[in-house]
Amino acid sequence: MASRFDIRRQTGFTTIAMICFFALYLPIVTLVVYAFNSGNSIAIWEGVSLRWFYQAWNNNQVVDAAIRSLQIALVAATIATIVATMAALATTRTKPYPGLGFKYAFINQPLMVPEIVTAVALLIFFSRIKIWTGYSGLGYLMAAHTAFCIPFAYLPIRARLESMDLSLETAAADLYATPWKAFRRVTFPLLWPGILAGLMLAFVISLDDVVITEFVKSGGQDTLPTYMLGQFRRFITPEINAISTVFLLISILIVTVFFFISRKKDQE
Amino acid sequence: MPEQPGRSAIEVRGVRKVFGSGESQVAALDTVSVSIRENEFFTLLGPSGCGKTTLLRLIAGFDFPSAGEILLHGQDIAPLPPFKRPVNTVFQNYALFPHMTVAENIGFGLEMLGKPKAEVKARVADMLKLVKMEALSNRRTSQISGGQQQRVALARALAPQPKVLLLDEPLSALDFKLRKEMQIELKRLQHQTGITFIFVTHDQEEALTMSDRIAVMSSGKILQVGTPWDIYDKPAERFVADFIGETNFLTAAISGMANGKARATLKSGATIDATVAEGFQPKDNATVVVRPEHAKLTSGKGDLSGTVENIVYFGTDTHIHVRLDSSETFTVRQQNTRSAGCGFERGDKVGISIGNDAAQVLRD
Repeated sequence: MASRFDIRRQTGFTTIAMICFFALYLPIVTLVVYAFNSGNSIAIWEGVSLRWFYQAWNNNQVVDAAIRSLQIALVAATIATIVATMAALATTRTKPYPGLGFKYAFINQPLMVPEIVTAVALLIFFSRIKIWTGYSGLGYLMAAHTAFCIPFAYLPIRARLESMDLSLETAAADLYATPWKAFRRVTFPLLWPGILAGLMLAFVISLDDVVITEFVKSGGQDTLPTYMLGQFRRFITPEINAISTVFLLISILIVTVFFFISRKKDQE
Repeated sequence: MPEQPGRSAIEVRGVRKVFGSGESQVAALDTVSVSIRENEFFTLLGPSGCGKTTLLRLIAGFDFPSAGEILLHGQDIAPLPPFKRPVNTVFQNYALFPHMTVAENIGFGLEMLGKPKAEVKARVADMLKLVKMEALSNRRTSQISGGQQQRVALARALAPQPKVLLLDEPLSALDFKLRKEMQIELKRLQHQTGITFIFVTHDQEEALTMSDRIAVMSSGKILQVGTPWDIYDKPAERFVADFIGETNFLTAAISGMANGKARATLKSGATIDATVAEGFQPKDNATVVVRPEHAKLTSGKGDLSGTVENIVYFGTDTHIHVRLDSSETFTVRQQNTRSAGCGFERGDKVGISIGNDAAQVLRD
């Protein structure tokens, strides 16, 4: 028998893996469990109840923040995905040229620049514009979120484009498709799962953002994460756990939906 | 315009294609001119990197020539983008659209041409029948076999009734038996549709069995254009003789011409008549080629003499490798019979007689 090196056979492998999984999931499980606590504490168990879910649902601040979060995420993810799709097409459907690497870096800048730096820069920049224009609506948050969502949308779209067989587009052109028709009938349908992945990723990233939002938001513009952060400065109740649990469920739902869509696409 | 047989479908005039720039410049095609006739099964044959695929891509419009003209029925198409050329391609990897059904793939070109739905449907049905794929018309292209994908690719390229069909090594991904079947199938399709086929391959056997005419290419140049028979029996250059089939090269002294043939004196002293590559005036020394099946091994004296070095059995025939007294090597191919062996053994002293019409003088 040829005994190839198999990491699963190494002593302690299972133990290490179990520890990693516990470290990752135990806190989350605890959080979810205490969302159903009937008492006022996030650490002392008193009994099962849905009271904190009701309370969060009836808390206007929570509901407003949640709606705001969804609005921003929807707008930011949509615009970011459109921009990212165009950027991905422009950077893959071309012969490599000097400066292309620089462009990749430029597009992915938000992944590399510390978020706090961007946040401070945006705070200063937007406060000037606020003074000049007098506008202080959600537009600033949407613009900021769009900007940092672009690289997250860009990566899966570019990956999809790079793995796509270029001869398909050549074949479309050979069969009398103009460049626009070739894009619409061949490139776009094949790219669609990548675009969807980009959209989902951008949506989740926007929904989740704290640092930039905290700096850029005006008064009364809390999103769900910044609202929750604000709550921690006061007395913490399992209401936070309840909100987090719903948040978690939404994320799982998005990922699951995407998983099934992309699996269906691949089977075709 | 009435279509006359023998009129050229594609006329390539002085086409050059240069890749890269400055020091790293490479000429993939070095001033190529060739005329491809209407209704012809024309093959571009050569090793990889010889420029055959480049020439095909220039005709298809996927690349543009650095210099020269490409005429389609007398009209220069070299500057046109691919979607404006009445030329379709069967790709080496088929390039079928994975998100469409077999029928949708076949109808794509017609749809892009803006044909009415009913016409597209009828034509797709005809095409499915032509390539015998009616039963699988609603399958995804990922759900059919390689050979079936090949047929769909063919049907898709033929459906818009192109003036010229380009085939870029379409059989190379198929296994041996399927390849043989598709060779016959392709010939049938070409016959049935009457469309000019330009076929690119590196497989000399494929080229010989399928083509009306062959252009042998090497290093960006066309070395010889002719019928399979011409190319095989009357190779003009060493490369052509060497690339196609097996052959024996002999150095000879040319002592003159008679009846359009050269008198060639071999190193063994024997003098034979040899045909000469077209338009070539042989000088004193030349290379003469003889195909292994056009020479005969004898136990007596022949035009050449030597010692049997090796005997290789091939089923249909036997190859006998002989070391000539002049130290050159020579292979003789001998048809096998059931009743007896080849009649020779390693180490035997043998003579080789070269037939009356077996030798050709090369241009080089």
